[in-house]
Amino acid sequence: MVMTDVPAKIVYERPEALDPRVTHYCPGCTHGVAHRLIAEVLDEMGETGNTIGVASVGCSVFAYNYFNIDFVEAAHGRAPAMATGIKRVYPDRTVFTYQGDGDLASIGMGEIVGAASRGEKITVIFINNANYGMTGGQMAPTTLPGQKTTSSPTGRDTDRQGFPIQTAELLSTLEGSAYIVRRSLHSSREIRRAKKAIRTAFEVQKHGLGFALVELLSTCPTNWGLTAAGARDWIEERMLPFYPLGDYKVSSAVAELKI
Amino acid sequence: MAKELIKGNTAVAEAALRAGLEAYFGYPITPQTELLEHLSARMPEIGRPFVQAESELGAINMVYGAACTGKRVMTSSSSPGVSLMMEGLSYIAGTEVPAVLVDVVRGGPGLGNIAPAQGDYNQIVHGGGHGDYHLLVLAPASVQEAVDLTALAFDLAEKYRHIVAILLDGSIGQMMEPAELPPMQPLKTDIPDWAVRGTDGGEKRVLTSINLDPPAQEVMNLRLMKRWQEIEKNEVRYKGYYIDDAEYVVVGFGTAGRISLSAVRAARELGIKVGLLRPITLAPFPKDVLDELTKKAKAFLVVEMNSGQMLEDVRLVVRGRKPVEFFGRMGGVVPYPDEVLTEIKRLVDGPLTTEGHPRDRWLTRLSETIG
Amino acid sequence: MQQEVIIAGFGGQGVLFAGQLLSYTALDEGKEVTWFPSYGPEMRGGTANCTVVISDEEIGSPLVNRPTAVLAMNLPSLEKFENLVKEGGVLVVNASMVNREVQRKDIKIVSIPANEIAMELGSERATNMVMLGALLGNLDLLSLEAVGAALDRHLPERHKKLLPLNKEALRRGAEYKAEAIETA
Repeated sequence: MVMTDVPAKIVYERPEALDPRVTHYCPGCTHGVAHRLIAEVLDEMGETGNTIGVASVGCSVFAYNYFNIDFVEAAHGRAPAMATGIKRVYPDRTVFTYQGDGDLASIGMGEIVGAASRGEKITVIFINNANYGMTGGQMAPTTLPGQKTTSSPTGRDTDRQGFPIQTAELLSTLEGSAYIVRRSLHSSREIRRAKKAIRTAFEVQKHGLGFALVELLSTCPTNWGLTAAGARDWIEERMLPFYPLGDYKVSSAVAELKI
Repeated sequence: MAKELIKGNTAVAEAALRAGLEAYFGYPITPQTELLEHLSARMPEIGRPFVQAESELGAINMVYGAACTGKRVMTSSSSPGVSLMMEGLSYIAGTEVPAVLVDVVRGGPGLGNIAPAQGDYNQIVHGGGHGDYHLLVLAPASVQEAVDLTALAFDLAEKYRHIVAILLDGSIGQMMEPAELPPMQPLKTDIPDWAVRGTDGGEKRVLTSINLDPPAQEVMNLRLMKRWQEIEKNEVRYKGYYIDDAEYVVVGFGTAGRISLSAVRAARELGIKVGLLRPITLAPFPKDVLDELTKKAKAFLVVEMNSGQMLEDVRLVVRGRKPVEFFGRMGGVVPYPDEVLTEIKRLVDGPLTTEGHPRDRWLTRLSETIG
Repeated sequence: MQQEVIIAGFGGQGVLFAGQLLSYTALDEGKEVTWFPSYGPEMRGGTANCTVVISDEEIGSPLVNRPTAVLAMNLPSLEKFENLVKEGGVLVVNASMVNREVQRKDIKIVSIPANEIAMELGSERATNMVMLGALLGNLDLLSLEAVGAALDRHLPERHKKLLPLNKEALRRGAEYKAEAIETA
């Protein structure tokens, strides 16, 4: 068989916005997928050189290492406040936070609600993996009822340990929220949908329409004690019933956005 | 420009704005609120960001973010609010970005009250937040001095990539005095290279306080400490009153300092050779002048509106060479000049000792007075 | 030369503005001055007071425990401050709001029905100016003319139509003279 001289076409490459280095994330963890989606979107929008990221405390504490973007590192939970400070000084820059569930929905609940209620024109990428990953799998504000973690060893007892927080639903009630959606990273179909949502969330900022947040259901095979494939199934079977995917707030201005 | 009668809080706010304050983030708390209120009107008027944050925690972290852009930013609060800001202050110090903080101190601990006090000396001068860092601390005693030091605060913050705290108390924040405000300065345009702004295709900049490798962290700690040594060498400020021939020296800062000035004048009228040393920088502390005075003076009286927090810094310099006595009022009680005069007379009448701790003697006397 | 005035009354009696007017006048006259308010919850309808210190040199303490003069706009203020007036100083009492005699014999006492006078002039809100006038008429502090001029400059624009009333109130107050100090 003779090779015909077909011109090569690049169909997949590292986005400009991603730094070419090995991440510290566990095998099967979808943080890397989320990073890549953000990077692709910023490249496609031509915003990479105009963006300032705010990393948070949690597994993604070193996110700034993996993006080829100006970055700052916030104290635990305070990324939305820090992003507010930057965005107010630089209203024409794209500013986003990348936060996990312990960071955003527990210690940082005040800051995220404050930012959303002010209609702060920032984009928040919120990773929900139902536990504190970095510190070794403790109960998070998102841990499901009955879910075993290292600080709820017999399973989350809602009588003693309360109920998980449905962040997208909660923030969608605020007038300042322009775009609040939940997506998942457990299948290629959902990943494609997640990317579209991330794109919309950055466009919302670009058009000055208000606060935008994309909640992403994300795997944590190491702390869940599952294989990579098992972790994806766990999202499907356990998380989706409690954290339904969908659009929780799409303001009329956002609905009219043509992307 | 002509002098105008202006409230301390308002004057600091306006002075900051004229010094090129580019963004303000704060949260209401008495007795600081007029500062925030003034900027809530003035900043939008001239197209600059003002944000009333969800909490002091939010405010200081907004400052942290905005400081990472290299622009002139500040926040202000009062004691309990400043306690909440300690987290952010440590991060800002650890990231080596410039910021200005105004603390209009009130009575404490806890919710305390809203009356003037100096109980935040330790919180501001000796830490509060975690880790090895210092704040550069300016302590004005009048509205005019507060105005002048506000402009200086921004310059120093930028010069050293440092946090500069202006320690007021409810008295200076709330009182009106004639003051001359500086002319409006343009916003600065020379943004330092370390500041984030978007790469625009160039090298990325990362600002963080994380340093997982202990030896690397230690190098950073060393850099901070060397910078502090520079500050100690260059930035000491104080004012002396009647100290050239003083046999006795009162040491007091801020409102306690100016109250002491009244007492020192009254004592001079009685023929007592007493002077006043009023530290303007609490950190760096004016050690050298105090050391010089230790060689000449017979004894010292430290006057504060707290339980003797600066007293310990004075004792570290005097090192038992001369007697040191202490007089303080706490909890938002402001001393009157004649109380200080009584203490000056006690110093003169003796007996004086370098034994024991001056705080213990003062507490005994205070217990007799207030039960 | 330093003089200190405490002005005290209910919130809403114009206590703080009366003090500010004195301070503006002192500033315009080239003197050093401090104005120190009671502040916080007590300003919301309770008792309010301010301390004004006027001096020829840099002012030390903005608070004094033995003021040269006190303006007591109501009974609680008289109770609180009567005993603090410096010997030989001036105590102006609003007789409209105080139903008892002043006990001190070693100070100058000006008892003046300030509310009635203000009402007679057309507005009870000028009570503070009547009281201030009574102070100026009995203490060598600042001239009535200087205070009037300061009023011209510093009365908020929306109140400018009240200028003649306020000046008249100052003048009427100044007509009240203190009883002579009894000497033992």
